[in-house]
Amino acid sequence: MLELQGVTMRFGGLKALDEVSFRVEPDRIVGLIGPNGAGKTTVFNLISRFYHPSSGSIRFNGIELTHLSAHEIIGKGIARTFQNLGLFPYLTVMDNLLLGQHCRVRTPVLLQALHLPGARHEDRQMRVRAGQLLEQVGLAQLAPAYVAGLPYGVQKIIEFCRALVARPRLLLLDEPAAGLTSAETEAMAGFIRGARDQFGVTVLLIEHDMSLVMKLCERVIVMDFGQVIAEGTPAQIQHDPQVIEAYLGRPAEEAPHA
Amino acid sequence: MRARWPWVLLLVALLALGPQFLKSYQVYLLSLAAVYALAALGLNLLTGYAGQISLGHAGFLAIGGYSAALLQVKLAWPLWASLPAAGLLTALLGLVLVIPALRLSEIYLAIATLGFGVAVEQLLPQWAWTGGHQGFSIPRPELFGLALNSDLAFYYLILAVGLALVWIAANAVRAPLGRAFVAIRDNELAAQALGISLARTKSYAFLLSAFYTGIAGALYANLVGYLNVSTFNLGLSILLLSMIAVGGLASIPGSLLGAAFLGLLPQVLSGFSAWVPQFIYGAALLLVVIFMPYGIWGFLLQTVGRGRGLMRSARRLFPGPRAESGSTGGDDHA
Repeated sequence: MLELQGVTMRFGGLKALDEVSFRVEPDRIVGLIGPNGAGKTTVFNLISRFYHPSSGSIRFNGIELTHLSAHEIIGKGIARTFQNLGLFPYLTVMDNLLLGQHCRVRTPVLLQALHLPGARHEDRQMRVRAGQLLEQVGLAQLAPAYVAGLPYGVQKIIEFCRALVARPRLLLLDEPAAGLTSAETEAMAGFIRGARDQFGVTVLLIEHDMSLVMKLCERVIVMDFGQVIAEGTPAQIQHDPQVIEAYLGRPAEEAPHA
Repeated sequence: MRARWPWVLLLVALLALGPQFLKSYQVYLLSLAAVYALAALGLNLLTGYAGQISLGHAGFLAIGGYSAALLQVKLAWPLWASLPAAGLLTALLGLVLVIPALRLSEIYLAIATLGFGVAVEQLLPQWAWTGGHQGFSIPRPELFGLALNSDLAFYYLILAVGLALVWIAANAVRAPLGRAFVAIRDNELAAQALGISLARTKSYAFLLSAFYTGIAGALYANLVGYLNVSTFNLGLSILLLSMIAVGGLASIPGSLLGAAFLGLLPQVLSGFSAWVPQFIYGAALLLVVIFMPYGIWGFLLQTVGRGRGLMRSARRLFPGPRAESGSTGGDDHA
């Protein structure tokens, strides 16, 4: 479904990504993990087309994404969330979810300005879809509330909904559980699994909460210093010596004896 | 939403019937304030909603005014054609500013648009057909054979055009287009990830804004009957920005209120020496920025509206200077 091939990203002299290659198969929940600075968010930003890779190719369902602009990505079926929230705080929850469906707006601007029946009909449909999704996550009563006043955990769920309401085929989640309480993390895990089971959305997620990754993901890709160092099922990567080294450092017995 | 209608109808009735009881000169002043209000509304769509600061809007007023005047006087176009033509022409020239707007933001964009305003002010008198620095006279027009030479008749024309444009703006800001404006203002990356094209959305913002301001310029030319380039200086651009800041950024009632307040202030206080209205203008700016971060309209909503719903709608309008950190949670509503 998604395939990165030899993707290198240089920022000046710094090589943030070095020949990164991996695939995400459809209908999977895939974890992208690694220590801070490993290049995980850079991978997301490359897929989102916020950056252009120094070299390499990123293909999604056979389409080369590196030829597209940032605003064209969601139209191909890839939606995302942001590490420190990409919600619009001075709009309501409903308006944020309507913006989530912006890529599906068909009414021309001129007809919007004249508030013709076509525009009103489309508006109603989008509101219904947003309302249904809020209902499912138990936040329907928050539709008219302004995002800025809501607790962080609730904002995280709303941003997840905003990405999902676009009906993407691939969902990129950048630390969906960061800053959440354990109860909220539990709920979020349920929503992510629901998105896959109910809507058939493939999920690629960055996460530092290892118990969540192990529980939720069917495959895990591990990055360190801009490279993919391991890939496999959660059980496989848990026992991979390179992964253990990246997270915990070199085992003591390998240190030279005095 | 629904509860607003009685108030809107009351205001429209007042604006329609009130001038019957005013003196001709007062009606003229009211017309002038209405023209300012349209220009302020145009600027607010661009700056308040879409977050693109312009210090060159006097240039758009000038382009609208001069194009309407030339079409009417030199080419004998009727008003019903020259008015939209002036708006469209100004809108097209507004697209010029999209080029810097795609590269610059905030203060840098303000400087680029300032350059545009100054350039228009300097270029216009260079052409013979603008009357140079002497200025340019426009006879009061006719509309469909009806002479608009009384101030009252022309007031009703401005009112009709104004109401139509306010209605369109109100639709636009609640439609996907208006949401896209706010989205690019508050988070360009997130907006793009949602499929919003910066180039397209900024183009619409400048088109719409310049169209409104161009129409306002055309109405101004016909109302005052005389155009002089020196009117459209940097001071006027700053006055328009002050109007939306005082009235309320990202708010349609705020645009109208701010224009009425700052536009009528010098006239209402014309009996006093010149420094009095200037002083009040300065003091009003200072006080509003300190005590009413959401402008007069936001302040009214917060004070008069006891219901939480109204309080909230004041918040939605604009971040406000102190709300920067409010985005990541915090208990802003308490």
